[in-house]
Amino acid sequence: MTARVGIPRALFYYTYFPMWQAFLEKLGVEVVFSRPTNKEILEAGIRETVNDACIPIKLFHGHVLDLKDRVDYLLIPRLVSPGGYITYCPKFLGLPDMIRFSGMKLPALISHRLSLRGLPGGLSRFLRATALSLGIKNPLAQQKAISHALKCHKLYHRLLLEGKQPLEASTLIQKKGRAGRNAALVTAAEAGTGMPRVALLGYPYTIYDSFVSADVYHKLQSMGVSVITPDQISPQELRRMSRVLPQNLFWYYSNRVWWAGLSLLQRKAVDGMIHLTAFACGPDAMVDKLLELEAKKARMPFLTLTIDEHTGEGGVQTRLEAFIDMLQAKIENNRNGV
Amino acid sequence: MKIGYGHMGTLTMVVEMILEELGHEPVVPFRPTRQTLALGAKYAPEFACIPFKIVLGTYLESLARGADCFISGGGYGPCRAGLYGELHSRILQDLGYNAELIFLFPPLKKTVDFMRKLSRLKGRHSWFSLARIISKAWAKLNALDELEMMSQRLRPLELTRGQTSKAFEKGLQYLHQAKNRGEIEEARAAALAEMKKIEIDPTAKPLKIGIIGEIYVQLEPFANFYVEEALGHLGAEVRRSIYLTSYTRHDVLSTRGDMNSRSLAQPYLAQKVGGHGQNSVGDVIRFAQMGYDGVVQLAPFSCIPEIVAKSLMPFISKKFGIPVLTLFIDEQTGPTGIQTRLEAFVDLLEQRRLASGRYDFPGNIIQ
Ligand code: SF4
Repeated sequence: MTARVGIPRALFYYTYFPMWQAFLEKLGVEVVFSRPTNKEILEAGIRETVNDACIPIKLFHGHVLDLKDRVDYLLIPRLVSPGGYITYCPKFLGLPDMIRFSGMKLPALISHRLSLRGLPGGLSRFLRATALSLGIKNPLAQQKAISHALKCHKLYHRLLLEGKQPLEASTLIQKKGRAGRNAALVTAAEAGTGMPRVALLGYPYTIYDSFVSADVYHKLQSMGVSVITPDQISPQELRRMSRVLPQNLFWYYSNRVWWAGLSLLQRKAVDGMIHLTAFACGPDAMVDKLLELEAKKARMPFLTLTIDEHTGEGGVQTRLEAFIDMLQAKIENNRNGV
Repeated sequence: MKIGYGHMGTLTMVVEMILEELGHEPVVPFRPTRQTLALGAKYAPEFACIPFKIVLGTYLESLARGADCFISGGGYGPCRAGLYGELHSRILQDLGYNAELIFLFPPLKKTVDFMRKLSRLKGRHSWFSLARIISKAWAKLNALDELEMMSQRLRPLELTRGQTSKAFEKGLQYLHQAKNRGEIEEARAAALAEMKKIEIDPTAKPLKIGIIGEIYVQLEPFANFYVEEALGHLGAEVRRSIYLTSYTRHDVLSTRGDMNSRSLAQPYLAQKVGGHGQNSVGDVIRFAQMGYDGVVQLAPFSCIPEIVAKSLMPFISKKFGIPVLTLFIDEQTGPTGIQTRLEAFVDLLEQRRLASGRYDFPGNIIQ
């Protein structure tokens, strides 16, 4: 019988799932994802988690609950560092412990450290350790699966950079087998359609979770707006921005939001900015204020949307429409030279 | 330079002394009040933690009193990386103030930066005289900690409620006025003598409660609703996991933090999570091993490391047999709510003690 490994569809999922899926499947392991977020998952997560935690962490608990009885293992890595001295939000660092001691009845956890700090090859080391935990010792099989996984990982992030959504990107990867060379490179933003271009700044696990974010991303798109997320800003550009403040102030995902915001402001690449923040997120309190102040200086329209347990669909829609209307009016005015 | 800074318990008067000795004009912060907090909360991001808001409020009050520059440690709360001060300074700028903020980061982590700022602050003083000033400040800190610990021990024993706090305040005043080593020594003796005058019940065996959590809310009584005093009046002897002299030893001067607590936490929280998260887990274990009856965890609402720690608490508490009460604090927290929870907690601890039969007579259940 093949082992079944569960991956919760939350937090780091959006950064890593194609790689993990490719790796595990290559090893002949069955991968099970939790269902996309729904009301039930959200509510279960809220019930299960310390009530002072942020929404994404609660949601993660919900996804674990959704999965735990259907799998033999749960893959909950301890994400430590994406390289250099940057780390992830402490909640990522403590996540396996939070889950382990949460009192839920759990299948075996696979929670190796994933740190790209120090010696190169952090990803491979992590994958190898994961394979060992599953009892797969054949180094050749491991190596094959690793190189396949790394290839998928690279491709996935290139597709995100081109503006694909995570699921789209992963389907593309699977369909083409290995390469999606000539995916359309021109994003709507550069095509210049006359509709406002809007930056949607937030964490992958809020932006791409269409339930908890009230699907802001697609709502904007269906209004004809072209949307830019931090994932669509090149790593080089982000690195350039990282020198703006006297030091690197935040944790990985927050840094990306802040740098992406700065970059878009500097290049005047958008007409407005929306910051999607998570309720009770520690870093976001700071990121949001910093972005707001910078936007104010640059006279860039800025809207904060806070995601919480009841992000009411109706409320969000109206606020988005008002914001977009305002942007459009501004564009009109500029065009008429007012 | 007229230098302002945040209020943090008894550290406040020590910073005042250092700045004065260096020839600056300190704008000594007032004890924070509800107004201070409200002022800070008005301009701070909604989900910033309570230390951030209190300190911002204090800055704004100090600006009105003429401060043109602020010094601050490298940030407390969730945002150790110094983000704290950066955002303070941007908010002040946005409000139209031109005050400069000088952040001092832990000297061993950012040595060059620290020395540059230090040499600015020390002005024309020689390094030698700076060292003398620092060692004087250290003596004062030690005296203050001693006094504080004594008040925590005596408060549950006092026969007339409030005596200890009164004596403690007097002691603080003595120490405040002491300007040189001799005077500090004298003030210390006088303060301790005040404490000895308190009438106590020497036979009482008070409950022992450890206080753990984020540093600012531990050290600034306003931020924790005077929890030490409240517990003392409920008949419990308290002890914090952080005292200034121990904090300075472990956190400011070394880059390694309190090794002991962290290694105790290791099996349960394998990863450093920033702030005092790992310490908090370890501290509970430490207090349990020292035979304490319970632990109160203090944390600002939305403080990430403490949330991680809290989520492990049910497990740790059960495993080591010590009840833990977590208080997350924000500006909506009301004093009565806290008081009720403390009372219930003390009740619970008393029940447990009675049931355990560890003491034949639980001396001082003060009504
Ligand atoms: S960055 Fe914010 S939203 Fe993400 S896990 Fe940390 S506190 Fe939660």
